[in-house]
Amino acid sequence: MIKNLIKLAKRKKPADWLRFLLTWTSALAAIAILLYIVGFILVKGIPHIELSLFSTTYTVENQSLFPALVTTLVMVAMTLLIAVPFGVFSAIYLVEYANRGSKIVRLIRMTTEIIAGIPSIVFGLFGYIFFATWLGWGKSLLAGCFTLAIMILPLIMRTTEESLKSIPDSYREGSFSLGAGKLRTVWRITLPSAAPGIFAGIILAVGRIVGETAALMFTIGNVIQLPNNLFSQGRTLALHVYQLSTTGLYVDKAYATTVILLVVVLFINYLSSAVERRFLQKLR
Amino acid sequence: MTKYSLSSVNLWYHDFQALTDVNIDIDNNEVTAFIGPSGCGKSTLIKSLNRMNDLIEGCRITGEFLLDGEDIYGNIDVNMLRKRVGMVFQKPNPFPMSIYDNVAFGPRTHGIKNRTELDEIVEKSLRDAAIWDECRDRLRKSALSLSGGQQQRLCIARALSVAPEVLLMDEPTSALDPISTGKIEDLINELKREYTIVIVTHNMQQATRISDKTAFFLLGEIIEVGRTEELFTNPKNEKTENYITGRFG
Repeated sequence: MIKNLIKLAKRKKPADWLRFLLTWTSALAAIAILLYIVGFILVKGIPHIELSLFSTTYTVENQSLFPALVTTLVMVAMTLLIAVPFGVFSAIYLVEYANRGSKIVRLIRMTTEIIAGIPSIVFGLFGYIFFATWLGWGKSLLAGCFTLAIMILPLIMRTTEESLKSIPDSYREGSFSLGAGKLRTVWRITLPSAAPGIFAGIILAVGRIVGETAALMFTIGNVIQLPNNLFSQGRTLALHVYQLSTTGLYVDKAYATTVILLVVVLFINYLSSAVERRFLQKLR
Repeated sequence: MTKYSLSSVNLWYHDFQALTDVNIDIDNNEVTAFIGPSGCGKSTLIKSLNRMNDLIEGCRITGEFLLDGEDIYGNIDVNMLRKRVGMVFQKPNPFPMSIYDNVAFGPRTHGIKNRTELDEIVEKSLRDAAIWDECRDRLRKSALSLSGGQQQRLCIARALSVAPEVLLMDEPTSALDPISTGKIEDLINELKREYTIVIVTHNMQQATRISDKTAFFLLGEIIEVGRTEELFTNPKNEKTENYITGRFG
């Protein structure tokens, strides 16, 4: 930055100064907003973090967040388990197998774009009507994670598609020219090379799952308990924060819970980038 | 002995005719060079020899392609054809994995899992491609850490790893410096003892240095085929003469 400033001082065009000022203020503003939000939550929340928040049961006296924490992790795992294979395999079909530019490809792409644009509350209502009521699953973890899976499917498909497309055709040609078939080429060459991009998509998806409230409100139920089977009800951390703060009685606890939510998000991000690094090491 | 025998080959990309009535025989244990200006169809023809054109949408081929008397566009297993006919590309394209895994990919594809057997194949292929001494201590390192010339020789080793009969080379030195080019040319001279080699080149000196037979292409047609010496010293066709003397192209 100092170097740039010196360079800038040598040239005296006002337009250069203006550009410099604009880019730096917008960059600083973006960072400042993030720091403000995080700082605000930490200041409001940390004083209210107590050991009792991590008790295994939630009572009226002790608004434990532990059941919600476990439910969140379970939901992340289950939703990814459903959405990732679906998303990755459909992306493989679109990029590697379907004729580029064919009608079906355009139709699938349009559909995913539309799904990506639907507000999450609509998914909530759909999940309630379809999974909870029509399929008779009731408000349950299962109904919740299927709803979320539909919601994050376009994200995973899109990021996988983009990273598969960015793999140079010369890799595929190299593989085919050795007598490898399509399946082996996709499985051993294209997919491993595209893995970093796919991981990035999964991290984004995890962020959406952890932060989602509207789509879960009508599908996962509201009972605060440790999950014991697929059809039990539950509350994720984000939903828990929402409920705590709307009742107006436990706002302090809501802040404390938000701090934990932040930690969980950071931890998951760290974990996935660690996995990605391990993977890349094997590859390079 | 004739390895490939092509007669009345025509090839279209959608409506564009890229090859017109091509007839050529390619002999065993010889280097055959395809020369000609850009867009004349030489790369197209070399790619049809191991059916890499199958991957291109809208590509249509007619005519007879015999490899050891068998029609390669007939009822055959394409993957087995590509095992018999290896290919080296214009730009080095090692896979983003270790040097060892790059060379072992082909044999593994064809079912070789035994560790010692794989080790032997990898070493032999790298030796045959004259790159063993440069990478014997770093087989587990990424292939992408090699220089361009080394990468291209690695790609040759990778092609040799499945024990092909024919080696197709599509301008294998056009992305390399003169020293790397020299190494690969020496290598080609070595390899022709065991393999039949077809090479596309833009460099006429290269064709004279390494090839036994040369085919001159123009606008999708073969204008002249002959022994390299003969074609370059005593061309029968005026167009060939104009091209090799540098009057166009």
